[in-house]
Amino acid sequence: MSAATSATETADTAAVRRAIASTARPPRPGRLATALTFGWRGMLKVKHVPEQLLDVTVTPVMFLLMFTYLFGGAIAGSTSAYLDYTLPGLLVMSVLFTTVYSGVSLNTDLTKGVVDRFRSLPIWRPAPLLGSLLGDSVRYVIAGTVIIVVGVALGYRPDAGVAGAVASLALVVVFSFGLSWFFCVLGLLLRSPNAVMNAGFMGIFPLTFLSNVFVDPATLPGPLQAFVDVNPISVLATACRSLMDGTPDGVAIGVSLAVAAGLAAVFLPLTTRLYRSR
Amino acid sequence: MTVHAPLAIEATGLVKTYGDTTAVAGIDLAVPAGVVYGVLGPNGAGKTTTIRMLATLIRPDAGTARVLGHDVVTEADAVREQVSLTGQLASVDEELTGRENLVLLGRLLGLRRASARARADELLEAFGIAAAAGKLVKHYSGGMRRRLDIAASIVVTPRLMFLDEPTTGLDPRSRNHVWEIARALVAEGTTILLCTQYLEEADQLADGIAVIDRGRVIAEGTPGQLKASVGTGALHVRLLDAARRPEAAALLERAVGDAVLEADPAALSAQCTDSERAAVGLAELARAGIGLADFSLGQPSLDEVFLALTGHPAVDAPTGEPPTTTLEEQSS
Ligand SMILES: Nc1ncnc2c1ncn2[C@@H]1O[C@H](COP(=O)(O)OP(=O)(O)O)[C@@H](O)[C@H]1O
Ligand SMILES: [Mg+2]
Repeated sequence: MSAATSATETADTAAVRRAIASTARPPRPGRLATALTFGWRGMLKVKHVPEQLLDVTVTPVMFLLMFTYLFGGAIAGSTSAYLDYTLPGLLVMSVLFTTVYSGVSLNTDLTKGVVDRFRSLPIWRPAPLLGSLLGDSVRYVIAGTVIIVVGVALGYRPDAGVAGAVASLALVVVFSFGLSWFFCVLGLLLRSPNAVMNAGFMGIFPLTFLSNVFVDPATLPGPLQAFVDVNPISVLATACRSLMDGTPDGVAIGVSLAVAAGLAAVFLPLTTRLYRSR
Repeated sequence: MTVHAPLAIEATGLVKTYGDTTAVAGIDLAVPAGVVYGVLGPNGAGKTTTIRMLATLIRPDAGTARVLGHDVVTEADAVREQVSLTGQLASVDEELTGRENLVLLGRLLGLRRASARARADELLEAFGIAAAAGKLVKHYSGGMRRRLDIAASIVVTPRLMFLDEPTTGLDPRSRNHVWEIARALVAEGTTILLCTQYLEEADQLADGIAVIDRGRVIAEGTPGQLKASVGTGALHVRLLDAARRPEAAALLERAVGDAVLEADPAALSAQCTDSERAAVGLAELARAGIGLADFSLGQPSLDEVFLALTGHPAVDAPTGEPPTTTLEEQSS
């Protein structure tokens, strides 16, 4: 070993020793602070991997353009009338698609060693999960805002104005927060991030099409219509339309919130249990 | 009680099974505070599973363990407050930058924003990753990733650190760097439980070693005791003329020790307890006119340790109860 190498190594070691010696353990942070720190982590990921956001916003914008200009005239008589009908539904679709990624990113974490580190820390156990969903809600808001802005650019004008748009967006985000626990469970049960993505979209894609997002169910055959009517996605889309129009539909809003609460009540405890035992 | 130094880890009869696989089949460990303790074993021996139980990530199916005086099941939180884990898979977030990783850990451990940042910069500097601090970890080299991983483990200096195969897959320079860091940690008073597949690594760092195989401790002792039980290593030679190998084997067998024919038809090795005997062996070969392409005196490999301890190689182990030997008993 040359003198030069051993000199640098000694220098390194001295710096390492100083770094090791210089810490006293601070008091534990609170639960909320811990969850918010994990939320910050989620947002950093949005910043570093914006493609993920692109995936979930581009598809709904494509649907918006395609349905409005290709089928809008045929379905609703004119493109502007169709835009009026379908935009609140596309808002729902856009944000719900984003929730699949909550499960995907949870699964990605699990296949890496980083979760082991989190679990070896003296922190409030559910904080990583809650925090990443907090971070995800930021993604939901961005996805929803994009679709509303594109809609407005194409001529969509909600009767209830900005307040209506904000209220619908808030309702969809709250619903997604409940639904995302379901995808977290998928994320914990399935083997790979891709499997979560495939299973997630295989479920949510047909459910979105078998709802009133794109077409008025009055035109559908009986049994299909019955399904569409009870599909929670239809209920949520109806609630959003009513908020956009300034004529809030109490039942639809109530049912949407209840479904979200129900999803969270079932899948949140399941998520924490599975997370702990992995 | 004759134990004077407090034990950092005290495990009794740890068991963990996954379906039909018994990952850990009853492990006892007694690790004194302030040392590096090596857990040496081949792939699949149960090293990672043992660490995961001790670091409170999974519950043992049977047995108990106390880490720094706290039970890993009933007082898991108290254990987590004093240990940190550098896992076999790098336990850092690939989609964040190196600096963000360290700031995140600092915040989670309770540092204020400014202190967390200052601490991150101090560690990045000390560990030689300051230049890549703003890059995403997924673009890091293996050595940088591993150093960041260790830095993440000492954002707040732990009293005990689990290091799971810290140098597997690293080049020699990065490996030396990791060893330096581990030595510095111990010098500052941290206890390290080191899992490794390399006898050389355990020899370099550890004060005590437990050899494990198929979920059981099959031997324990100091590196010196362990090596004495296998010989310091082997003399490896490669002949210019493969046809003369049987002759060379017989000769080395007489002059040095048990000879083993290697996969290379011109190569063979002889168990060798010291370098003088190796020199005698080489001289004998020269006298017999057997030309050498090259030769080396190696430390015993894990395979040789296993062969010596169990009578079977580390891989393709026959099933059945492995014999348990204590090196202290053998050497005293
Ligand atoms: N989560 C798990 N599920 C099923 N089998 C496992 C799991 N973890 C470890 N094993 C099995 O237990 C054995 C010991 O594994 P491990 O502790 O990782 O060994 P090592 O770290 O010494 O290579 C292996 O046979 C491995 O396949
Ligand atoms: Mg392992």
